[in-house]
This record gives sequence, C-alpha cells and structure tokens, in this order.
Amino acid sequence: MSGSPGIGRDFARRLLRNRLAAAGGAVILFFFLVSALPGLFASHDPNRIDIVNILRPPSAAHPLGTDDLGRDVLARMVHGARVSLKVGFVAVGIATVLGLLVGLLSGFYGGWADAVLMRFVDMMLCFPTFFLILSVIAFLEPSIWNIMAVIGLTGWMGVARLVRAETLSLKERDFVAAARAQGAGDARIIFRHVLPNTLAPILVAATLGVAGAILTESALSFLGIGVQPPTPSWGNILTTGKDNIEYAWWLSVFPGLAILVTVLGYNLLGEGIRDAADPRLKGR
Amino acid sequence: MLRYISRRLLLTIPLLVGISLVSFLMMHMAPGGPIGAGTDLNPKATAESRARLKAYYGLDRPLHVQYGRWLGRMATLDFGDSFSPDGRPVVEKIRERIPITLTINVLSMGLIFLVAIPVGVYSAVRKGSLFDRISTVAVFTGFAIPTFWLALLMMILFGVKLGWLPISGISSLDHESLGTLGKIADRGRHLVLPVLLAGFGGLAGMSRYTRSNMLEVIRQDYVATARAKGLPERTVVFRHAMRNALLPVITILGLSVPDLLGGSVIFETIFAIPGMGQLFYQGVMSRDYPLIMGILTIGAFLTLLGNLLADVGYALADPRIRQG
Repeated sequence: MSGSPGIGRDFARRLLRNRLAAAGGAVILFFFLVSALPGLFASHDPNRIDIVNILRPPSAAHPLGTDDLGRDVLARMVHGARVSLKVGFVAVGIATVLGLLVGLLSGFYGGWADAVLMRFVDMMLCFPTFFLILSVIAFLEPSIWNIMAVIGLTGWMGVARLVRAETLSLKERDFVAAARAQGAGDARIIFRHVLPNTLAPILVAATLGVAGAILTESALSFLGIGVQPPTPSWGNILTTGKDNIEYAWWLSVFPGLAILVTVLGYNLLGEGIRDAADPRLKGR
Repeated sequence: MLRYISRRLLLTIPLLVGISLVSFLMMHMAPGGPIGAGTDLNPKATAESRARLKAYYGLDRPLHVQYGRWLGRMATLDFGDSFSPDGRPVVEKIRERIPITLTINVLSMGLIFLVAIPVGVYSAVRKGSLFDRISTVAVFTGFAIPTFWLALLMMILFGVKLGWLPISGISSLDHESLGTLGKIADRGRHLVLPVLLAGFGGLAGMSRYTRSNMLEVIRQDYVATARAKGLPERTVVFRHAMRNALLPVITILGLSVPDLLGGSVIFETIFAIPGMGQLFYQGVMSRDYPLIMGILTIGAFLTLLGNLLADVGYALADPRIRQG
C-alpha cells in the first residue's frame, strides 16, 4: 500500500484490536475452511437421495435434518458455502475491476470522457438493481456463471464514483506533480501513484460488496432464478423450506442463519477496515 | 430556486434518453427479438405470418427508425401486449397492480420514520450507552438478515405455530361476505407481515443514517454555542441539532425508491400479494418480454422521479444547496 511498512503495521494493529472486526474475520476464515475442506465438516454426500428418510428433523445421523428428497441438510449447506463464496468473490471482482477502470479514467482525464462515463453511471443507477438483474436473467439461462456476471455487471457504479472522487483529489497532490516533473507518463501516474492510494476505500467497498452479492445470490436462488438444483446453495435450500413450511422448520432456519452470519462477518470486517484505515471516522 | 429546478430538470433529459436506449437494446437482445417468444414456440406460425408480424411491429425497418418508434411509444407508455394467454396491454396490467404495491411501501415508509428516527436520534445523543450499543448490534443484524428468510421465520411463527396472522394473499376467502369494518380488518391483518417486512431493511439503514447525521451536527460550533449560553439540553437536541440532522433524511425518501421496488418483488412473491413485484416475477418466469421491459422502464422512471424529488426537496429545505 502507500508508504512505509510502519503504516501497514499500524493498520493491522488497529484492525486486530477491533474485536468486532476480528470476529468478522474469524467467521470469514471459518467459511473459507468449510469451502476448502467440505469433507471435514459433513460426512454425507450432498446429493444422495434417501426416500426412506424424507424431511427428518435434526438427529444424530443428520445433525440438521434431511430435506424433501432425504438429502442431508448439513452436507448441502457445507457444499452451498462454496457456492456463496464463489459468487460473492467473482461478482465483486468483476464489479471492482470495472468500477476501478471507469473511475480512474473518468477522474484522471476529466472533460469529455468524464461527462460521458458519469452520465452512463447515472443512467445505470436509474434502473432498480434487482429489477435489472431479474430482467437480464430472464433473457439468459439461470446458472451460477450468469448470476456472477450479472451481479458484477450491475454493481460497479458505486466503486466507479468512489474511485473517481479519490482520483480527482489525488491527481492534484504534490507527489503526482513530482512524478510528472520526473517525466512519468499518464499510465505510470495512474497505476503507480493514484491507484495505490485508492486501495483502502476500495477494499472497504469490496468487502461490503461481497456481503451484498451473497445476499443477492441467495435471494435469486430462493426465487428459483439463481443457482439451480441439484447444485446446493443456501438460497435454494430455503426454497424447499418454504415449500415445506408447515412440517420442516429446520429447512428454513439453518441456511438463513448461515447467510446471516456470513454477511454479518463481511460487514463487520468491512467497517473495521474503514475505521482502521481512517481512525477519524470511527464510530460513525 | 427556479433556476436550480430547471437546471436539475435539464439534467434528466439525457438520462431519459439513456433509459430508453438501454431498454430498446435489451428488447432486441432477447432471443428471437421482440416477437420471438410469440412465434418461435408456435408451430402454427408460418414464415409468412412471421414476416407479417415483423412488418406490423416495424422490425423490417432500419434500427434508428425502430428506435424512434420505440421512443414515441414509451412517451405514451405503450409497451405493447403481454405474451401471457390473456394478451392484454402491458400498461393496463401494470396499472391495476401498482396501488397495492404503493400502499404497502407507503405504510412501511411511515413505519420506518416512526421507529428509525427516534432510535437514531436517541443513540446519537446517548452515544456509547447501553441503548446505543444494543441498537447498533440490532442495526448490523438488520443489514445482514436476508429479508426473504425473515419472512419465512415470521410465517412459521405467526402463521403456522401461533396461527395469529394469515400468510398469503391480501384477503380471506370470505372477504366479500364481510361488512365494511370486517373488510378493513381483514385487509389489515393480511398486510401486517408484508408491511413489517418491506420496512425492515429501511429501518436499519435509516436509524444508522439518522444517528451519524446527528453525531455530525452535535459536533458543530452552533450546537456548542447553544449549550454554552445555557440552553437546556432538550432545547439543544430538539431545536438546534435535530432539525438540521433530519434535513438529509428527506433525500433518503427519494433515493430509496429502487430498493423498495426491488424489495416488493421478494415480499410480494413470498406472501402471494398481487402487486407489481409479483407481476414482474411472473413475467420473468414466463419470459414475457413486453411485460418485463414495461416494468423495468417504469421502475427506472420512478427512480428518476424519486431522485428528482429528493434533490428538489433538499434544495427547498437547505439554501446552501441551491447556491452551490
């Protein structure tokens, strides 16, 4: 990041001292572990159908019960964790890269390019995001790849505005003038001098963005237009929960808890990063 | 002020053009184009009838001519006929669905203001107190809870376990046989859960927003001045700080239009409420392109209108804005 290692160490210390942010980080690490080693957390096959044991409540054999096809809910949730993680990170990756490019170009060059790009951002923001996502999905096949692309392509505008604002103020700073005086070209100034200084707010936006993408994916999957069964996702397990709402509470309770805890983890970490990067904003 | 408003209005023109362009292009991206779903799946559609349909919709013309026609139709809110079996005009279908969606969202907006503003103001004034910490935890949980999950839990608790409230539709089967008061009570009972749900996301956001605005204002010099001249704390908080802290809240009203519209898709689908959100969901599931594009475009118009009202309202309330 910017400047000496001392600043980075300061940042890390402030972040770790924030107990809520550390707890958020721990939750995220836990779900990373679950996604990397699903076998460690669930012994059943998430897709093994067992028609003798349909809609069984939690028991020793099935700690979180079974669904309407007799599949183990814990196993499906453990494998669903990977889906959520993948969607969250890929979607936010797309949004961040796009937003960065648009924001840097717009803020750095200003003028005509800025006017066109920012009017485009304004226009994109006029479409209610969830409407836009649903409309695009209606034209495509609902699949995990399309979901990631659509969430990413409809979520970059905030990052673009953020980066543009940062770039506008950064490009007037003395160190940019100094680099310019030493003969640095536009590309070098943008990527070596401006970009690194926008990383902190981008990191915050991306962390909060992962939380948002996971929520959106689960809502889409719940509505049946996201991740398609038999691939397990927290959202589509909840769909079976709604279909069996009168007999099987465990199908509705546990996947939602997993979403809640995960999203809370990313939000807490994101807020923690914000406070650690700029202690003046703390508690706001 | 007039100059500000007219400048603000001028700015919306390129946006309107952009919205129309995007919806036009999306319509043409649809597999088979605007008439694809109507003819591709229909074995009785001959090549000749397809060509006639194309000519009827003007699809044999150059793109810019088609776009001009699309603009003209959009200006009159003519989005064509729905692909669904009833084949009725899209705008008619939307019009009969909007009131219920609007009712629920306005009610939940009222709920948000009634609850979130006092909570936000009180946590800011008593920053660091037990109340502040509890409400902060609640706000963070509120941000992280998937609304549709909360809906499921409420349906299980109040509908299935306790049996207090109906969990689907907006009226009971015997609705028609009830008296006027009975009808109102019946409708009200059906709306309790959807209104709570629709307001939930906004509750967390609005109380956080009020709290941070309030904290910002309390640090200002004029608040310190008010304290220094010995005014009672109540007067300082309510007369001096709160008035200014709540100004930006006006904008939130306008800016929350897209979120409310998106949210109505979810809760209307879950609670089987015949509003615009459910209509949209049904359109997506059956790939009813004219309907989808109609609702998407109207949603964008409403968002634009919300932004405009937010800016103008803010400028009316705060003279600093219209100067700059």
